[in-house]
Amino acid sequence: MTDLLEVDGLTAGYGAAPVLHDVALTVGAGRIVAVLGANGAGKTTLLRTLSGLLPATSGRVTFDGVDLRGVQVERMVRHGIAHVPEGRGVVTELTVAENLRLGSLWRKRKPGSKATDLDEIYDLFPALAGRKNHLGHQLSGGERQMLAIGRALAAKPRLLLLDEPSLGLAPKITAQIMGLLRDLRDRTGLAVLLVEQNVRGALSVADEGIVLNLGRVAARERADKLAADTDLRHAYLGF
Amino acid sequence: MDRFLYLTFDGLSRGAVYSAFALALVLIWRAARIVNFAQGAMAVATAYAGYSVADATGSYWLGFVVAITGGLVLGAVVERVVMRFVDRSSPLNGVVVALGLVLIIQGVLGMIYGNEYRPAPAPFSRDAFEIGGVALLSRYDLFVFAAVGAVVVLLTLLFTRTSTGLRMRAAAFAPDVSRLLGVPVGGMLTLGWALAAAVGSLAGMLVVPTELGLHPNAMDLLFISAFTAAVLGGLDSPVGAVAGGLLVGLLLAYVGGYLGATVAPMAVLILLVVVLLGRPDGLFGKAKARTA
Repeated sequence: MTDLLEVDGLTAGYGAAPVLHDVALTVGAGRIVAVLGANGAGKTTLLRTLSGLLPATSGRVTFDGVDLRGVQVERMVRHGIAHVPEGRGVVTELTVAENLRLGSLWRKRKPGSKATDLDEIYDLFPALAGRKNHLGHQLSGGERQMLAIGRALAAKPRLLLLDEPSLGLAPKITAQIMGLLRDLRDRTGLAVLLVEQNVRGALSVADEGIVLNLGRVAARERADKLAADTDLRHAYLGF
Repeated sequence: MDRFLYLTFDGLSRGAVYSAFALALVLIWRAARIVNFAQGAMAVATAYAGYSVADATGSYWLGFVVAITGGLVLGAVVERVVMRFVDRSSPLNGVVVALGLVLIIQGVLGMIYGNEYRPAPAPFSRDAFEIGGVALLSRYDLFVFAAVGAVVVLLTLLFTRTSTGLRMRAAAFAPDVSRLLGVPVGGMLTLGWALAAAVGSLAGMLVVPTELGLHPNAMDLLFISAFTAAVLGGLDSPVGAVAGGLLVGLLLAYVGGYLGATVAPMAVLILLVVVLLGRPDGLFGKAKARTA
C-alpha cells in the first residue's frame, strides 16, 4: 500500500517558539489515523500546518507524491485535502444549504458535478436535510459538527483532516460520527487524520494511532495495540 | 400640501443617491470591517475622469461608463496597493489611512483641475414635469431612481443568487474557513472594494449635476449624509443602507424646505449623533454576537 500523505521532519509553530518538533507520520489511502495527546501536545497545530494555515519552519509534506510546501491554503482543497477546523467552523451567517454549496463550489466548473452531489450529503446527514434553510447559528452543536463534516465531504476530498469532532457533543452523536467515518473509509476509501481528546472513541475506529507529547511523536502504533498498551496510556493519555 | 408633496419627492430623489453611496460604505464594511472615509474623494476622482471624457467626446454616456469603470479599477487598486497592508490591530489605522487618501486624492485633483467649481451638466432635463397639477419629478429624478434601483437589484442578485456572491459573503464572515474551502479570500476582498467603489462612483455621477458642479471637495457633504444613512441602517445591512438613505434624504428635504437650506447640514449631523447615542446598531440592526 502506498501512502497518501507523507510527513517527515516537520517543525512548525507560532513566532519563534516551535510547537511541533521533527514530526513524521504517514496516512495511507483508506486509513484512519488518530492523533492523540494531552492539551498543548500540538495536535491542532499539526492539522493547521498540514492544511497550510500555519507555515512550516522546516520539514517535508507530500500528498499523493505532490510536494505541498508553499501551496496556498485555498488550493489545498484542489489537491484533495479538506480540513474541518476545531470549533466546527460553520459559517453561522449562512444557511445549511449555502454552507454545503460553499464546500462544493471549487468543483463547480468541472464537468459532471451537479447540485445532486449535495443530495449525497443530505443522505449521510438526514438531520440536515430538514433544515436546509436554517442559518448556521440556529443549529445545535451536533448539527453544526455534521454540517462542518458534510461541507468538507462536499469538496470530495481524498484526505479529511478532522479536529476534535467530539468536542462538546453527546456520546451518542460522537459514536454516530465515528461510525460514519468508518463507513466512509470502507465505502469510498477516504483517508482521515483524526485529532481527538476522546481517545477511546478515536481508537475504536482508527487503524493506527499517533501519540504526540510536547510536539514530538511519542508513539506510532496500530490502534488496537495502542489501546492495549497500558503503560503508554497511563503516561500520555491519562487513562 | 403641494409643498409637502414636492419636498417628499425631492427628498426621495436625493435620498436615492444617499442610499447608493451608503450601500457602497456598507459593502466595504461587510467585506473588510473598514469605514471607507475615502469613498467620497474616490468618487470625485472618477467623476472628474468621467466628465473629462464627456467634455472631450461630447458623449455623457461614454463619460458615465468611464466613471463607473474607473470606480471599479480605483477600488481594486486602493485595496491591493494600500488597504491590504494596513495593520489591522487597531480599527483606527484603517480610518487614518483612508483620511490620508482623501487628502492625497483631493490634493492631486486640485493640482490637475484647479480648486474651482466646474460645470457638470445632467444627461436629462432637471425641470420637473407636472403630475396632477403639481410639479414633482424631473426626467433626471426618474433616471436617478432607475439607476439606484438597478444597482440594488443587481447587488441583491449577485449576493443571493450567484456563486461569486456566496464566496464573497463567506469570505467576509469567516475568512479562514473560507480559505480551507478553496475560496480565494484576498480576491473576494479586492472584488468587494471594486464593486463598492463603482457604486460610490455611480452615486457621485448622480449627485454632481444636482449640486454646484465638480470640485475636489464636492462629495464631502454627500459623504456625511451617506455615512449617517449607513449608520442609521446599521452599517451591516444593505436594506438598512437603502432605507437609511431615503430617510436622510427626506429629513434634509423637509428641514431645508421648512427651516431653511442652511439648517439642513446641521440636521444631518444632529441625526448622526442621536443615532450613535440612542441606537448605535442602527434602526434595523440587531445586536448579535458572532459565535464560532
